[in-house]
Amino acid sequence: MTSLATVAAQGADLVAPAAPDGVFSLVWLLIALPLAGAAILLVVGRRADRWGHLLGTLMPVASFIIALVMFAQLLGRPDEQRSVVQHLYDWMVVGTFRIPIAFQLDQLSMTFVLLITGVGSLIHIYSIGYMRGDPGRVRFFGELNLFVAAMLLLVLADNYLLLYFGWEGVGLASYLLIGFWFAKPVAAVAGNKAFVMNRVGDMGMSIAVMLLFVTFGAVGFGDVFAAVPQADETTLTWIGLALLFGACAKSAQFPLQAWLLDAMEGPTPVSALIHAATMVTAGVYLVARSNPIFDAAPAAATAVVVVGAITLLMGAIIGCAKDDIKKSLAGSTMSQIGYMVLAAGLGPVGYAFALFHLLTHGFFKATLFLGAGSVMHGMRDEVDMRRYGALRTVMMLTFVGFGAAYLAILGIPPFSGFFSKDKIIEAAFSQGIVIGLVTLVGAGITAFYMTRMIIMTFFGKARWDDDQHPHESPPVMTVPILVLALASTVGGIALAWNSSIESWLAPVVGFSEPHLAIPNWGLSLITLVVVLVGAFLGWAQYGRAPVPVTAPRGAWPTRAARADLYGDALNESLFMRPGQWLTRVLVFVENRLVDGLVNGTAATIGGISGRTRRWQTGFVRSYALSMLGGVVLVGATFLLVRL
Amino acid sequence: MNPENYLVLSTVLFSLGAVGVLVRRNAIVVFMCVELMLNACNLAFVTFARMHGTLDGQVIAFFVMVVAAAEVVVGLAIVMTIFRTRRSASVDEANLLKY
Repeated sequence: MTSLATVAAQGADLVAPAAPDGVFSLVWLLIALPLAGAAILLVVGRRADRWGHLLGTLMPVASFIIALVMFAQLLGRPDEQRSVVQHLYDWMVVGTFRIPIAFQLDQLSMTFVLLITGVGSLIHIYSIGYMRGDPGRVRFFGELNLFVAAMLLLVLADNYLLLYFGWEGVGLASYLLIGFWFAKPVAAVAGNKAFVMNRVGDMGMSIAVMLLFVTFGAVGFGDVFAAVPQADETTLTWIGLALLFGACAKSAQFPLQAWLLDAMEGPTPVSALIHAATMVTAGVYLVARSNPIFDAAPAAATAVVVVGAITLLMGAIIGCAKDDIKKSLAGSTMSQIGYMVLAAGLGPVGYAFALFHLLTHGFFKATLFLGAGSVMHGMRDEVDMRRYGALRTVMMLTFVGFGAAYLAILGIPPFSGFFSKDKIIEAAFSQGIVIGLVTLVGAGITAFYMTRMIIMTFFGKARWDDDQHPHESPPVMTVPILVLALASTVGGIALAWNSSIESWLAPVVGFSEPHLAIPNWGLSLITLVVVLVGAFLGWAQYGRAPVPVTAPRGAWPTRAARADLYGDALNESLFMRPGQWLTRVLVFVENRLVDGLVNGTAATIGGISGRTRRWQTGFVRSYALSMLGGVVLVGATFLLVRL
Repeated sequence: MNPENYLVLSTVLFSLGAVGVLVRRNAIVVFMCVELMLNACNLAFVTFARMHGTLDGQVIAFFVMVVAAAEVVVGLAIVMTIFRTRRSASVDEANLLKY
């Protein structure tokens, strides 16, 4: 613990990275494998129907195995040698400015690589069962591999430009997979919406990269972070805000949160992998990776906290009202990522816990989504929870997995969420009573909507139609659920044991112990009471009386939450409609003013020529007369000038 | 003998030719009037050459003759073709090339 505190005091150390020797010379292979899988599957297409899903699953599994070997090697090294940079080649060289294709494997990216490839592999396996019989299964696996490759590029990049490349890559994969069933108009529109809103955030990202280049003359992590102490705080604040804006879009944070709920139109494994466990956490990664910038710009860090707090409550409230199981989970994802963003904004007291919660959330939210997918699979793609009920007996394994994840997200000890969320609440209270209360209330609301979800789905009376025949999913789907459920159960205690996650991450993101006025166990107890109250309220509302099959009208908060707290309405009235007016004005100006000028000129010249061409009468003698007249004129002029 | 008389003659011939071109309709006659104008010019050239005692004007007169001969070849061919297609040598009727 003492070593931890010393590291904490000085924040993240900047240590020279180690050379990529031994197994670390294979860092590039982590990305290359899924990329090759994507290339093969997308090129070969349906001819690979019989083996495409196997190849698509093999690639992330192979990456995961390599990552595990690397992780074991890193564990065996002392702290300061745990950062490895592999330089492949120079991507672009302009004078002294060079952008290398180089991968940085350190504690932070290692954590992400393990999460992406581990959870990714399980979800690939699950997809074999979930997508069985879908004509586009090979395309699905190809695009899923593309996502894994892009996400690995994002977390392994050693400079902001390469990170941006991966950032765009995951955006593309997300767009392709949300609109996977593009024949459904609603899915195609949802894909477009996600893409457009991410473009808005990418604007912030690109501005941030440009600002970094202008300020520091470099975009490599090492160069930038070494130069941060000499930089002007205002500039750093702007860079931080621009980065935050990019992170908001990717992580579905307020004010760019509206796309995530529609993104649930994609296949459920996509929702589990991209829109719950990995891609949406890229914003948290970005803030944690840029920790020297945010540490040096307190105003930007405060903005991060505010964004996280708002989204945390918004997502939780939306999750309470949605009847679509996936949308309710999407609200929950927003809320949980709000927790992570909030924690990341708290500075060194929060980074490690943000990433800790990111890991446990990756486990339990993936379990919840895969569980929801398993329910949908057995219910012919019915997503309305009011049409579920009493499924615990027919889907025993799914229920067990879902239940474990339920206890984990609530934060019931000893499930994983208890350790991670409790730490975030502690860190929040140590920084201010208001944000502390926000996280505490959020935990209560989380308990409410999750209790509502699990009661409506698995308990009570069966409310499905007579021609529904719910059944348990095949083992290829239930086994990944159970493995992830196991991770959700023991993952927290394993990582929290002896503060291992904090000391593992401290060299990269720094760490300082949160100091509270009351003992830690007291706060844990209060949190637990709030969670139990939330769960009890959920039971009181949905467990005691039968759930109506058609949704009641509800009070205004319910209706507001069903309408995504008017996020779409806000975007439409603030941006879409003024945008449309602007285009109309521009079209008017274009048609009347610009075109009028151009067309008017052309018409004038045309009219003049129409009149003057009448002079060409075709009579030779009149031409001769004009020639004579001309000659006389010229001759007369010469004579006059002479005189 | 006063050279100015030759210049007066040249002017008269040129004016005759010009008026002929303007007022006559028959292509052959117009053509002949053009020749008249050219030869009026030749006369003026030769006169000036004589007056200045140089050979320049005479040389140019030869050039004009050569050009006129070539022009006659082309011009008469055109006139013949027009006559064949339109059964008339009137320059007023050959007025298709217009607005």
